[in-house]
Parts: sequence; structure tokens; C-alpha cells
Amino acid sequence: MEKFTQHTGVGVPLRRSNVDTDQIIPAVYLKRVTRTGFEDALFAAWRGDPAFVLNQPAYTAGSVLVAGPDFGTGSSREHAVWALKDYGFKVVISPRFADIFRGNSGKQGLLAAQVSAEDVELLWKILESRPGTEVTVDLAARTVVCDDVTVPFTVDDYTRWRLMEGLDDIGLTLQHADEITAFEASRESWRPRTLPARHLPTVPITPARPA
Amino acid sequence: MTGTLAEKVWDAHVVRQGQDGAPDLLYIDLHLVHEVTSPQAFEGLRLAGRRVRRPDLTLATEDHNTPTLDIDLPIADLTSRTQIDTLRANAAEFGVRLHSLGDSDQGIVHQVGPQLGLTQPGLTVVCGDSHTSTHGAFGALAFGIGTSEVEHVLATQTLPLTPFKTMAITVEGELPPGATAKDIILAIIAKIGTGGGQGYVLEYRGDAIRALSMEGRMTVCNMSIEAGARAGMIAPDETTFAYLKGRPHAPEGADWDAAVEYWKTLRTDDDAVFDAEVVLRAADLEPFVTWGTNPGQGLPLSAAVPVPELIADEAERTAAERAIEYMGLTPGQPLREIPVDTVFIGSCTNGRIEDLRSVAKVVKGRRKADSVRVLVVPASARVRLQAEVEGLDVIFTDFGAEWRNAGCSMCLGMNPDQLAPGERSASTSNRNFEGRQGKGGRTHLVSPLVAAATAIRGTLSSLADLDLPAGTDLSSFDGSPLAPLDPAAPAVL
Ligand code: SF4
Repeated sequence: MEKFTQHTGVGVPLRRSNVDTDQIIPAVYLKRVTRTGFEDALFAAWRGDPAFVLNQPAYTAGSVLVAGPDFGTGSSREHAVWALKDYGFKVVISPRFADIFRGNSGKQGLLAAQVSAEDVELLWKILESRPGTEVTVDLAARTVVCDDVTVPFTVDDYTRWRLMEGLDDIGLTLQHADEITAFEASRESWRPRTLPARHLPTVPITPARPA
Repeated sequence: MTGTLAEKVWDAHVVRQGQDGAPDLLYIDLHLVHEVTSPQAFEGLRLAGRRVRRPDLTLATEDHNTPTLDIDLPIADLTSRTQIDTLRANAAEFGVRLHSLGDSDQGIVHQVGPQLGLTQPGLTVVCGDSHTSTHGAFGALAFGIGTSEVEHVLATQTLPLTPFKTMAITVEGELPPGATAKDIILAIIAKIGTGGGQGYVLEYRGDAIRALSMEGRMTVCNMSIEAGARAGMIAPDETTFAYLKGRPHAPEGADWDAAVEYWKTLRTDDDAVFDAEVVLRAADLEPFVTWGTNPGQGLPLSAAVPVPELIADEAERTAAERAIEYMGLTPGQPLREIPVDTVFIGSCTNGRIEDLRSVAKVVKGRRKADSVRVLVVPASARVRLQAEVEGLDVIFTDFGAEWRNAGCSMCLGMNPDQLAPGERSASTSNRNFEGRQGKGGRTHLVSPLVAAATAIRGTLSSLADLDLPAGTDLSSFDGSPLAPLDPAAPAVL
């Protein structure tokens, strides 16, 4: 995972509250076997509408999403975070996030920055009056800078530390790789291994046929 | 130190103790993989430039999507084919052992681990599948995980986890004839509810559990998840050791002795304390069937469809109303009078050799009811081979049943084996959720013996409804072999 200290990019005002994960990515996209390439699935139901914010040229290249309260509610699908990341978002700003969504974001390097409702309103006004305005999100200082406005955001210390260190769950565990190796050395030698493969003699299987 | 079985296995796997409420880092002995929940995990590894840490502790099989007919032809459904092709490519790239369709070790992941002797007492076993609890029958701590955890285990062979609570479920006494392991677990779920086990590892104890074969114990542990539990466990004993002895991956020689000595320590100490305890009397059990749309909505076969107005609890009442409507039943209708269209015998719950033997004993020399379609799907290719050696396939086809290739099949209908809308099944699988076996399909969960009797009569039935010769000993319908085995045949199933 990339280290995250500061990010500057086009801000996208999404004037909606209660954006649930079904709206972020509809269930039909969950059949895929990949975990990248979900950019087309992001907000799929809204993307057909030419008036939708991401369909306006000034916002298309956006990387900081500014949304209303209760972002990411509903099913726990990790695909919601993948879709936002694949589209190019690095930060989502909202007055309130669903817990699971916030947890999933932190694990995958998407910053979920909590900003007060008034400040979100302020950001919306700037981004709507001057489409294409860039926003700078500083994780070290915990601030969002947009034009001449600077507002604070909150993120829990643990998630912030992980983002700044660029550590995903696996990266965190691998910090203890020595302990894992030591544990492995202490395992009884008779514990089963799948390799080399051992099995009864291979027997050909005749396909069953429709009656 | 005293402790419960689950605590002992947990403690033996802590790589690093979590401080200040942080999770423990737990070592994983065996990681089973199938095609549905693994693709994104492997891709995550690839994106991060990571390898599989211990391919030698990982085993993959194809099961959920595999067809049970014409397995030599290309898979027609595109999504299914993509998932299987992806698993094959990933297994090859990361050096993971895979048992593919057509290979004699292919089958449902929860049958393949035990039959190869890989599932052993005292192990931690995980798989991206909720019915991983099956492996707890051997005294392993076995539980299902999500896709990002699959990736975590592939990369590190560990998982950060907070300890589970423990619940003792004691089934005292002796099962009456005609009642089986499936009836025990259906009765337990009906008693504690589908959320009753939440956060717990269930340990099944008592004479009725001890008396079960390994197949029966797997059936019980398999459905722990349907009570909401993380895992189910049974302490290993002579039955466990006898099952494992001689299997391809079981320890041999001095290793075997060392292993058995350790396995014998894997039991809950007499003074250990469980967080919760439940007691059932086996003598009270009879064949159980579900009438609703979750595994907790079950009743003895002699009962009738509940009358919602008589249910005091409001949430339960509305749930019952909805379930009865979906299932197309009438309140007060005797369960025995419900006609079914399909009988499905298979799945990781009841698709093992013992299940097939007990069904064969019941249906031998008979014909199925004309109105029912009967599908017999062995849990693994080896189970199928063994059944064919014993001649069970002939008994089934003479009966009018379809004898299929191994896989999950109609348990969840990801392959073409599905119920049509409104169709009703008696199924030996583990989930009766709306649409689980096909859109609009209606599922009654039953034991293999009830499935067999139902296939004969066309309505939900038990052995007691069959015109068995007077004096037939019902307790003879257990899993013992029908006839002496061919000495050349693989006898270890
Ligand atoms: S048989 Fe059914 S429950 Fe078992 S692994 Fe397959 S789909 Fe899951």
C-alpha cells in the first residue's frame, strides 16, 4: 500500500446523503473475479444521467469526493472501496461514515475524512461555484484546504498511522514475520502438509450423463 | 493449565499475543481454497507483489460451480467457467495443489480435507466458506473467513483474531432408531435459534455425540454455522483415530504414535468453564424437518406447520407468516402430508459414503414415487468411486434416481442443478433460505433417511411410514457397509 501524507486533486461535490454501498456499486458487479477494474461500476445507476456530477467535464478527473452524511451504509461489500479507488478517488469527505465502510477504506488506503456538516456545505459551495477547483488533504495536519478555506477533519489515530506508514493488514502482520518464522520452526514435524501430494491411486472418473 | 478444547487449540497457535485489546495473531495449519471466494485474494497478492507463504499448507478444489453431468464437456455457464479457469490459473501461478474436475480427489472441499487425512485433531483450519466448521468434527478449530482474510492467510499463514466464547452442547443418552446426526443438529438449531451461537465455538459432547461415526460428527459440526456459531468442535477419540489411520496424509509410524499421544490431550478439562451450556436428551429426538426459510424453523416430522396466530413473539410470528407464505404451506397442515417434487441427497452435510449407504439400504429393491425427481450427488469423486464399488449406484438407478458426479450441486444451485420457481425439495443439505436452491425454490431440510422415505412416498416421510417387514430393526439403517467390500477397493472412505 502506498504511503499517504498529503493529496491534492479535483474536488467533486456529491450533494447526497445516505449513499449506500448498493448505490456506490450495484450487486450485479459482484460476480466478477477481479479486484480492479471496477471504475465503470462506480455509481453505475447514476452515471447514465448526463447531469450527474461525474459526467460534467470539470469534475470527471476528480479524486476527492465530498459527500453528505451517512456515506457507505448498507452491505459490507469491499467492492465499494475498490470501485472508488479504481475510479481514482484518494479521499472521501463526509460528515458521517458507516462503520464497516470506514474500516474497509482504512484497510485499503482510501482516506475517509470526517468533516463537520457546515464545513461540507462550505466545500460544496466553493466546488460548485468554481468547478474543477483543487483540494489539498493533509493527513499530517488533518486539514482540508480548498481555495482560501482551511477546515479540519477527523480520522482515528490508528487508521491515520497505518495510512501514513502505508501499511495494509497484511503489511502489519508481516512486520512480525520473524515471530511467524520462529513459530513455524516450533511446529511438530508430523503436522500435515499438502505438498508433496499423497493420495490413493488415481482412478479415471466416468462422466455421468443426462438420463 | 485448565481449559476447554477450543481454548487449548487456540493457545497452541498464538504467534503473538495481542496487547491492549488488539487481536491475537493466530497460526493457520491448513488453508482450503475453492473457486468462488479466492480469485480476488490471489489478485490482491499479485497486485502487492506477494507470494503464497506456505503452498504446502494450502489445498484447492473445484466444487461450487462444477457441473454434475457431462463433466468432460466445457462448462456452459460463463460465470462458472471464468471462476474455475481463474482458480486453475492462480493455482498454477502460485504453486498451490489443486484437485480439478475429473480428478479422483476432486470434491466438496469439506469432504476432501478429511478423506485425504489432512484434517486432523488440534489443527487450525480455515477456508473462504462458512461450512468450514465441518472440520471441527476432528477436534480442529475450523472456521470460515472472508475474501480479504483469505488473502491474509495466503500471504502470512496467520490471521489476527479475537478469541471466541465457548458453549457446551451436551446431547445425553442414546438416539432412538431412525433418528440421525442430522436430526440432532436440526433439533439443536431449533432450540437455540439461528443466532443462538453467535460469537461462540460450540463443543458437542455427551453419549449421543460419542456414539456418532466421523461422518455423523461432520454432519453435526457442519451446521454449527446455521446456529450463528463461528465453529463447532468434538473432542477426538478412538473413532477419530480409526478414521484417520492409513489415510494418505495421516502421520505414519513413530509420527503416528506422537500424534495420537498429543491428540489424546485435546479434551476439555473437567474443571474448565464454558461461557454457556445447553443440554439435550437424545431419547426425545425424532426425525426432524424444516418447514420455513431458515434452518431454525424446524419441527419433528410428526408435527404440523405452525399456526402464526398462536406464536406469542411478534418478530417470530411475522417471520413465520412470511416463511409459510413463501413455502406455499397452510398453517396447521401436517408435515407428513407435504408433497415434494425433488429429493436431493448430497452436499457437505450429507453427501458422504455413510449417508449414501443408509439411503441405499432404505431404497434397495424399491421404486421412487412417480411424482418425484431424485438426485444423488456424492460429496467427492472418491465417495462416488467407493459407492460404485459397493454397488450403490445400481441400487439408486434401479430405484429411479439420477446418479451424478461430485460437487456442491443443488445445495446452492450455482451449477445447472436447480429448483424451478415454486418447486419443492426435500434436501439433505444445510440451508433452506429463500431461493437458495434456485429462484423461487422451496427447501425442506431433512436427514438422508427421511430423504429416502420421502422419495419412496412422495410426501415428507420417515422410516416409520414405510411398510418395512414386521420386526425390522430400524437401528440397522446406519452407515455400516451393505455387503463385504471388494478387498481390492479403496476401503478408507
Ligand atoms: S455443499 Fe453447499 S454448504 Fe457445502 S460447501 Fe458446497 S455450497 Fe457450501
